Amino acid sequence: MAKVKTLDDLRKLREGLKTRTSLRDKSENAEQMIHVKVAMATCCIASGSRETMNYLADELEKRNIDAIVTQTGCMGYCFAEPTIEVSIPGKDPVIFGYVDEKKANEIIQKYIKGGELVEGIIPVNYRNIDDTNK
Amino acid sequence: MKEISLHILDIVQNSIQAGAKQVIISITEDIPENMMRIEITDNGKGMNSEILAKVNDPFFTSGNKKTGLGLPLLKQHAEAAGGAIIIESGEGKGTTVIATFVHDHPDRQPIGDITTTMMSLIRSNPEMDFIYSHSANRKKFVLDTRHIKQELEGIPIGSKEVIVFLRDMITGNLNELIT
Repeated sequence: MAKVKTLDDLRKLREGLKTRTSLRDKSENAEQMIHVKVAMATCCIASGSRETMNYLADELEKRNIDAIVTQTGCMGYCFAEPTIEVSIPGKDPVIFGYVDEKKANEIIQKYIKGGELVEGIIPVNYRNIDDTNK
Repeated sequence: MKEISLHILDIVQNSIQAGAKQVIISITEDIPENMMRIEITDNGKGMNSEILAKVNDPFFTSGNKKTGLGLPLLKQHAEAAGGAIIIESGEGKGTTVIATFVHDHPDRQPIGDITTTMMSLIRSNPEMDFIYSHSANRKKFVLDTRHIKQELEGIPIGSKEVIVFLRDMITGNLNELIT
């Protein structure tokens, strides 16, 4: 069985990381970065948004894409959970629905890396029940 | 919700929405007493007595785009597993949610992937402090992100290497705890 990690191991990791110049706090230049918001309310969590969020965060790191992945409340599109909003600097934010790991992979590959729109976008003129009551 | 770790993630979202800077998540598995207890305490804005009286009502929400099902679902699952929930809150005093379950009840959901729940919370709210403790078999594991941040000496807690480390740390310690 692998050794259980302790704070001593963290100190060793810290010393290794300190020598790396690429390590920085992403919030420092957040405005120039791709921002992915994952809806994380009851409806979203029950539909798998936790797995979607972790997949997106892991994959964006693995593919060396400078992006911030955060969570947000329900976007009001409960029928299409898990939902995510992708903001690429210079472009309008786009909301995608039904984002499981397969769809998340497609969004990273085609939309984020390739700039190509993919199926699953929730149109900006879509009105949810809150909007219709205004 | 298919597992307790998803309920925890959901309840902590309420804490985040309430402006909490610190959330304490405590899981106690008391096998001799055949009891499991989940306690989530935050230092958010809290609730007044009027809101508190309604939080277990399905579809009641203080947010404008929420389903209002998080706490009622937890209550339903706790009661189905021979337990209950208690909610304590006061305006400006934060909120505590306690859920209990009969440990070996056939309708008690599994704890599930608590590691992924914690990683989701830490990586998407790096500015917040999370204190996660898990007790079982007279052993206890505590992960306190305040200590982790202190040890990191300015290295972001959300950086890839630290996230991988924390994931391994939680998984390894939980495996030790339940064996």
